[in-house]
Amino acid sequence: MDVGQMQRQWIDYTKSLFLEGFLDGQFLQLQQLQDENNPDFVVEVVSLFFEDSERLLKDLTFAIDQNGVDFKKVDAHVHQLKGSSSSIGAQRVKNCCIAFRNFCEEQNTDACLRCLQQVKQEYCLVKNKLETLFRLEQQIVAAGGSIPTELSFSG
Amino acid sequence: MLLLLLLLLLLLWWCYCSVRFGLDLRSMNLGNGKGSMSTVTTTGVMKSGDVVSNQFPAGLRVLVVDDDPTCLMILEKMLRTCLYEVTKCNRAETALSLLRENKNGFDIVISDVHMPDMDGFKLLEHIGLEMDLPVIMMSADDGKSVVMKGVTHGACDYLIKPVRIEALKNIWQHVVRKKKNEWKDAEQSGSAEEGDRQPKASDEADYSSSANEGSWRNSKKRRDEEEEEAEDRDDTSTLKKPRVVWSVELHQQFVAAVDQLGIDKAVPKKILELMNVPGLTRENVASHLQKYRLYLRRLSGVSQHQNNMNNSFLGSQEATFGTISSISGIDLQTLAVAGQLPAQSLATLQAAGLGRSTAKAGVPMPIMDQRNLFSFENPRVRFGEGQQQHLSSSKPMNLLLGIPTNMEPKQLANLHQSTQSIASLNMRVNASAPQGNPLLMQMPQSQPRGQMLSENTGPRVPRLPSSLGQPNVSNGISNGFLGRNGIAGNNRGPAYNPVPPNSSLLSFPMNQSSEMSVNNSLPLGSTPGMSSITTKGSFQEEVTSGIKTSGGFPSYDIFNELHHHKSHDWEITNPGLTYSAPHHANPLQGNIDVSPSVLVHQGFSSTQQTGQSRDATLIGKSMFSVGQGSEQDNLQNAVQHLHPLLVDNSVRVKSERIPDASSQTNLFPDHYGQEDLMSALLKQQEGMGPAESEFEFDAYSLDNIPV
Repeated sequence: MDVGQMQRQWIDYTKSLFLEGFLDGQFLQLQQLQDENNPDFVVEVVSLFFEDSERLLKDLTFAIDQNGVDFKKVDAHVHQLKGSSSSIGAQRVKNCCIAFRNFCEEQNTDACLRCLQQVKQEYCLVKNKLETLFRLEQQIVAAGGSIPTELSFSG
Repeated sequence: MLLLLLLLLLLLWWCYCSVRFGLDLRSMNLGNGKGSMSTVTTTGVMKSGDVVSNQFPAGLRVLVVDDDPTCLMILEKMLRTCLYEVTKCNRAETALSLLRENKNGFDIVISDVHMPDMDGFKLLEHIGLEMDLPVIMMSADDGKSVVMKGVTHGACDYLIKPVRIEALKNIWQHVVRKKKNEWKDAEQSGSAEEGDRQPKASDEADYSSSANEGSWRNSKKRRDEEEEEAEDRDDTSTLKKPRVVWSVELHQQFVAAVDQLGIDKAVPKKILELMNVPGLTRENVASHLQKYRLYLRRLSGVSQHQNNMNNSFLGSQEATFGTISSISGIDLQTLAVAGQLPAQSLATLQAAGLGRSTAKAGVPMPIMDQRNLFSFENPRVRFGEGQQQHLSSSKPMNLLLGIPTNMEPKQLANLHQSTQSIASLNMRVNASAPQGNPLLMQMPQSQPRGQMLSENTGPRVPRLPSSLGQPNVSNGISNGFLGRNGIAGNNRGPAYNPVPPNSSLLSFPMNQSSEMSVNNSLPLGSTPGMSSITTKGSFQEEVTSGIKTSGGFPSYDIFNELHHHKSHDWEITNPGLTYSAPHHANPLQGNIDVSPSVLVHQGFSSTQQTGQSRDATLIGKSMFSVGQGSEQDNLQNAVQHLHPLLVDNSVRVKSERIPDASSQTNLFPDHYGQEDLMSALLKQQEGMGPAESEFEFDAYSLDNIPV
């Protein structure tokens, strides 16, 4: 595949992520923050997000598995996850967190468990998607090309 | 060869641009955003005050605190892109120690609300008490109650995550605003120098016309100039007050003094004497006292004050906006605004002679027992609490948030006599202005309405004082108000308490102040409650009878109009309308400087009044934009609107107020040129120091503002 093709593929893939709701406008903001001085900014931030989220999910699982669920703690974790996912534009994860918080307020353990599953699922999905995207970017750069800075949606 | 030439041209163009726009493009290019921050930091921007940085707000020193590493990293990058100097930390304790070690090392703090080691609000309080820096709260939580908490705890802004870079670009306004208010406080302590204001206004006019980027520079220059002049004039020489850092020891001394005197009896003067710290001024103590009182209130939980306050305001601090009665809505806003007002405004109010640390007193309490309002000792009006205080302080709280519709001229007179009356007026207004409520409610849309509140409170003060013959306008206060209003511009139309057309209140001031420039109908300074209006500041002047503002009764008229036409639009009390408490000596007597902000507000009210579907928000926006130092046009519009309004009012107002609409047409025709107003307003917006003086009287340039 030549660079041009790879770039087009990157554009299409990115667009699809937006269209399917995995990512939202905030991700664009991140991309805009990236420049020659910080060529890896997005990758760095997203990696940080992955690390942090995995820790949060572990804590969440632990907290919910308890006999007497401490909903306040659970809520705090979810709130944090919501904050970080919204900061990078992981829309679906964020939406799950919102629902999750509502159930925490209601102190509905079952619903919370279900939400936790959902959040984990969405997180895995978006992680895969983003990793694919980054791999594509690496390929483009390795081939001497540059990552497109504009996503023209004209097709 | 050609390439070289091109490069040269480019370089020249950059240089030009940087000069023209106050941006260091070269450094920008160099750093390419990332590294440029360090190169740009030069003039410490705000801090120095003497060096006008071309690069302002570049170099603003921001401390960002968030336990979420992802957010922290993103914020840091965004802030660097805005050319700010960023320090990040992920723990509140670290942040506090950083701040304590570097007392003057930061200009603004951005903090997350939910943090594991310390609640963000607690951090906010500490910073407020110890370092008095502007603090912006941030959270993924956008619930009203949380945002409200931010307001009551004194945050100067609240950002919802995910934070966009656009939101961060403007945070410098908070630094400027705070400095301006501090400056104002300093001035308040001294005598009002009306005379100087006007000349300054003209200077400012020139500046205001410059580009935004350059405006800061200009305003800084002006402010510096003003400061110098003011210092010459000012006996107290507190004009250029360096920020007092309340160290732990100092704070302990303060607390000891307060305990000794008794929290209720503690007045800044006595505290100052007890503390016996050289170099500490009464204003410093006053503002700190306000904050402290608010802090205590919060600590004590729901006290009767709270209850009262709740009643008055929203029925509860946490009450949702929606549930607040119209009045409370206004109060809330006022409070919110008030809350936003730094202690300085409060101090200013105090300085104004209120002798109270009520900062936001201006909040009109909903029909509730007005007296009750006064009885509250809420030094910190974060949320309207302060307002209560003001009210209770029974100091001339001329700040009438709303135009009491029921006010009878007699009442007005009473007001003049005491704050209580004013409060009652407010109350009345509030009560009678149910419309006002809707306004209030409407106004605040999302942001912390603090501004709105203050605005409400501010202008409301009826002119009465003037009619009463008391010139009270304390410039400082009005400035505060005005300024606030400007700031509150967040798209909210000025929240005017709808003043019923027949409110006698309005008429009151009218007669008196025919002279009063509309803008400041109430010397903000005079009314402690008016704090909300403060930003604009100059409104106060007008109110006093002594003030010969051509606009005279703009505020009143406007209220009438407002009430008349569109009550719901006017949540924001016309900052300009702040009515100075009769008590206050009207420093501005001579000067009717309607601060631009006032005008703007007036503009709002006027627009509303005229019944056109002027969008209050439009005005608010214009005000707001003015605040941003940009729109002269808005101001003009506002002013223009004001005119019609005034004109109308004059007709309506039975009282004499100023002669007629015709004369009113120029809101402040004689006294201040539009330019002055504009410049004053713009200055305010830009947080210029000099604007301070302007505010008080600049309001008159309203008519100049083209609609």
